[in-house]
Amino acid sequence: MIQFQNVTKVYPNGTTVLHDVSFEIKDGEFVSIVGKSGAGKTTLISMILGLEKPTSGHILFKDQNITQMDSHQIQGMRRKIGAIYQDYKLLSTKTVYENVAYIMTVEEKENEEIIREVPKVLTLIGLGEKIHNFPHELSGGEQQRLAIARAIVNHPDLIIADEPTGNLDPYNAYEVLTLLEKLHTVGKTVILSTHDREIINKLGKRVITIDNGKIIRDEEKGRFLI
Amino acid sequence: MTTNTKRVIYFAFTDFYRNKGISIAAIFVLTVTTLLITGIFFVHGMSNYLIDQIQNKIDIAAYFKADTQEEDILNVKNELLQEAEDVKKIQYISREDALENFIAKHGDSDVFSRALSEVGDNPFLPSLNITTGTTAQYEQISQILNQEKFTDLIEKVDFSEKKDTIEKVFSVTSSINKFGLGIAIILILFAMLIVFNTMKLVIDSSKDEINTMRIVGASNWLVRVPFIIEGGIFGGISFFFCFLITILLVYILRSGLEAMIPGFSLSGYFMHNLWLIILIQLGFGVGLGVISSYIVVRKYLKV
Repeated sequence: MIQFQNVTKVYPNGTTVLHDVSFEIKDGEFVSIVGKSGAGKTTLISMILGLEKPTSGHILFKDQNITQMDSHQIQGMRRKIGAIYQDYKLLSTKTVYENVAYIMTVEEKENEEIIREVPKVLTLIGLGEKIHNFPHELSGGEQQRLAIARAIVNHPDLIIADEPTGNLDPYNAYEVLTLLEKLHTVGKTVILSTHDREIINKLGKRVITIDNGKIIRDEEKGRFLI
Repeated sequence: MTTNTKRVIYFAFTDFYRNKGISIAAIFVLTVTTLLITGIFFVHGMSNYLIDQIQNKIDIAAYFKADTQEEDILNVKNELLQEAEDVKKIQYISREDALENFIAKHGDSDVFSRALSEVGDNPFLPSLNITTGTTAQYEQISQILNQEKFTDLIEKVDFSEKKDTIEKVFSVTSSINKFGLGIAIILILFAMLIVFNTMKLVIDSSKDEINTMRIVGASNWLVRVPFIIEGGIFGGISFFFCFLITILLVYILRSGLEAMIPGFSLSGYFMHNLWLIILIQLGFGVGLGVISSYIVVRKYLKV
């Protein structure tokens, strides 16, 4: 599903964030990307979403070269990815319902489908009672669950979670992790970027470890070792 | 209307309603600046009226010999109308009319009455009073009248005596026009800059939202159009307020201004230019609101 081929990213100030990074993520895999803060995890995630362009090398999403996509194609690709962020990135002037419905609007879904699906997803995620609330009226855990509802409502093939538990207490972090595992069991490809040792060790799935912009370890059943 | 069009209109109206504070501020700024533009339009109308009044008071006169036939004078008038460009007015004043005008003006004065009776006969000459728009045209008319073929008919043309005054008046009015135009351009640019920056502040407050919309794959159209419609809503509401305030101000200032500038009707000017005023206010408010939104959102679509 995702291929990084000799990807290097150097910022204009000369800082090399990723250096000759190559790996492949297959359909249905659950891959954790770990590393210290500043190791290059977020840059790597941003590149998959087309938010950053590599200085050299190629990134392929479903065999299509992201680096050669125009703005229209990038938007089309982003619609096929469900993204979850540490800072939630919710639409603050829209209600819980509207935040999820907006994603379906982006996909140009019919009103009937939106009216049917959004409450279902929100109930599944435990926010059925809060559909008329605004994001600032929710707790951190609820906001992250809303972000997850938004990421899964269009049934994307790939879920990317960039430090999704970074702002959450252990209980809510556990809930988010359980949700991601559930999504993986129904066949979704999941990429999880984190520096939470406990989470990684509990998962027991493939782990790519990055340090100073280089992949130092890629293990099928990895552990957090830095 | 397609589902997507309905959706962007819905997004625009909900954003407008939910960001009440920002919306009110934007409408206020648009109303004030549109009023400023409307004010410039009214000042332009008043100054044009005043300049016209002054210029209309300037004329040159060709005095014909006392025995010239009326038919010959009217032939000269027709020739002037054909040969000289943009002649505003040519008025024929016969000897009898000139005498009547004099009596009407100075009939109460013993000195003038006695002078007239001493002369006995009508001392006035028939004349053509000519009004044009520029000094160059006066010069052209003077040249036509001084042609050899008219020497037997024309006693004198008073252009050379009035030349300095005419040039001074036209130079002053032209300077007023240029100065007024300069001030108007500066004020219009200033108003446009204020509106643009206000719309920038409005959209800057939604910067993170636009970023999120792009990250989840929203098309440029879906992100941009609600902001453009919102700009139009700001402009539309500000037009409504601006038009009401204009009517109110015309009503309040009407009599005062008409006393200050005799002959100028503020309400008449307003009614005569009603559609143009509506167009200016709508064009400035809605047009600038929409264009500013379009430009500012574009900056954030590069994500």
